[in-house]
This record gives sequence, C-alpha cells and structure tokens, in this order.
Amino acid sequence: MTALKNNIVLGASLACTLGAMAAIPAHAAEDGMEKCFGVALAGQNDCAAGPGTTCAGTSKVDYQGNAWKLVPAGTCVSMELPSDDMGKSRMGSLEALTRDIPA
Amino acid sequence: MTSHHETLAAFDRALTGGPLPKGITALDPSEAEQRFNVYRNNMMVSLTEALNARYPVIRRLVGDAFFGAMARVFIEHHKPTSPVLQEWGKEFAIFLDRFSPLKEYPYLGDVARIEYARGVAFHAADAEPIAASTLTSANPETLRMGLHPSVQVLKLRYAAVSIWTRNQPGFETYPIGHSGEIALVLRDRIFDVPVAAISPAEAEMIEALRMGRPLASAAASGSLKDPMFNPQPLLVSLMQAGVLTEGSPKT
Repeated sequence: MTALKNNIVLGASLACTLGAMAAIPAHAAEDGMEKCFGVALAGQNDCAAGPGTTCAGTSKVDYQGNAWKLVPAGTCVSMELPSDDMGKSRMGSLEALTRDIPA
Repeated sequence: MTSHHETLAAFDRALTGGPLPKGITALDPSEAEQRFNVYRNNMMVSLTEALNARYPVIRRLVGDAFFGAMARVFIEHHKPTSPVLQEWGKEFAIFLDRFSPLKEYPYLGDVARIEYARGVAFHAADAEPIAASTLTSANPETLRMGLHPSVQVLKLRYAAVSIWTRNQPGFETYPIGHSGEIALVLRDRIFDVPVAAISPAEAEMIEALRMGRPLASAAASGSLKDPMFNPQPLLVSLMQAGVLTEGSPKT
C-alpha cells in the first residue's frame, strides 16, 4: 500500500523533473564556448578526432579538419590561420572539414 | 646469440638496477655503464613526471620530496605494460593502500582513485547528450537513457571527495567528512572533470540507469535506499553536464 502510494508520488514528480531537465538550454553549461573544427595544433584537439580514436590530444596534424577545440563563441569562423602548403587559405568551421586529414 | 625477446627482457631488468644486457657496449667500452644510465634516468624521470601529472593532490598531501622517493619505488614495481602513458598508473591507489610508511594515512588510496578516475573521464569517448525534445514527450515509466562513457561512481571507504576538494585552489577551508563518501566523476560539456559526493540513493539510481532501466524504475531503486529520495537535483545536474544520452532502443 505504502509502496504503491510512493510510486504514484514518484511518478508525478518525475514528470516535473523531465520538464525541468528539458528546460535546461542545451549549451547553458558551455559558458559561451563553441566547437571549432580545423584550428587545433596536432595533439592539442579537445575531442573527436575521428572514428577509432578515443579522445582529446589525438589529432595527428596541425589544423586537422575533423578535430575540434572549444573556443569562445563567435570567434571560430573569424579565426586567422596560416595558409596551407599550396598557399590556400584556411578557416575554422563549426562543422567537420575534409581538409588536413592525415593519411 | 641472444634472441630479441631475451635482449628486451634483459634491457628491462637493467633499467631498474639489473646488470647491463649482454652485448651492450660503447665506443669506449668502459663507458657503457655510464651511457646506459641515460636510459635508466630517462625512464625514471619521465614516469615520475607522468605520476606527478596524474596525482597532483597526492603529491600535495605527502610533499614533493616524499612523492619523488615514493614514485621511484612505485615505478620499479609497476613499469608500464602499454605504450599509452594515460593508461599507466592505475595501481598507484592499491600501492598507496599497502605502502607501509603511509599506514597512518589510509585515505590516500581513495584520493588516488579519484585522481585516476578523472584522467579516465577526461580521455573517455564522446557521446551526444539526449535531446530536450526527447524528454518533453517522454513517459518516465518507459524512458530509457544512457550514460556518457566518462561517468564513474566510486564507493570510497574514506571521506576522499572532501579531502580532494579541500586540496583544490580556493577550497582550503572545505570541511572534511568523517565517514566514507561516494564520488561521482564525469566530464562535462566544457571538458571540466568535476568531482562530487553523492548519496547512496543517487549512486543506486545512476547504476540502474547504466543498466538500461527506465527512469521511473531507476528512481524507485534509489527510493529503496532512502524513502525521502528526491531524484530531481541529480538528474538536472547530469543533464546540465551533458552526460545523459539517448538509451539504446529496447522494449
């Protein structure tokens, strides 16, 4: 009897909890940072250097296109990067890039 | 002729004080020992630095000189077995539990467990947080969530979470508990790796979520530990940290 009552109370409060959880802005905890692809120096990326690698610090080349670093929001795409060996200019990106991928 | 395997084993023994491997020589053979010492020193210095980087609170608690001397003993008995340095040093906690000069300080092993778990959390794989839209339409009885791979729960015999916290910059007066604590270690959205003490009921709920139980059932298992258990604060902070993920689809 008590167990049943507990379950009902718990169920009602869990619905509230779900509402509270859903109300958290998705990037609230990121403190104005954004993921910026293609700007990290080799071995200094934050995470997600590609399938098969574990995590941070695993990128193989400078400015690897599929590795990212957290940077202050709004600065990623305006970041100045050195041009590549062919003299082509490089930019940071909010999406993964296909340039500078190690073989 | 010594096999490659034998040479490696002899080299390995020589690094921690054994005789020089057969066949090792130098331009001036009388210098061989001195030159081999470069390898011995490099190994000791680099592993001591790695241990330093991994266990800053332990070093702060025992002091630099003690830590350095203790590191030598640990390294001699626990050489890396993997070339991946971040995977080395897990046994340090057990070593501290058993290291007789530290028997008056039995909590150090638990502090080391927290520090090792933080490294594991930092290097854990990525996982996408669950979408808010999934939650708004969900039924707690059937909603299954997953946990980010960085999430670890450590049941500790000593108040190591408060000891760890007190040794962080700005927390020098943090009160230290008198009984065992449960540590929650995870990597949040901005790649911080906070450490928090959680209640037995909260730990129970996290383990139930990890097993893939629906939210209502996971919360109920927390209530078995504590009839007054309120799951909301922990669930909200897990959501904020971005460590609740979409569960694997089950029926």
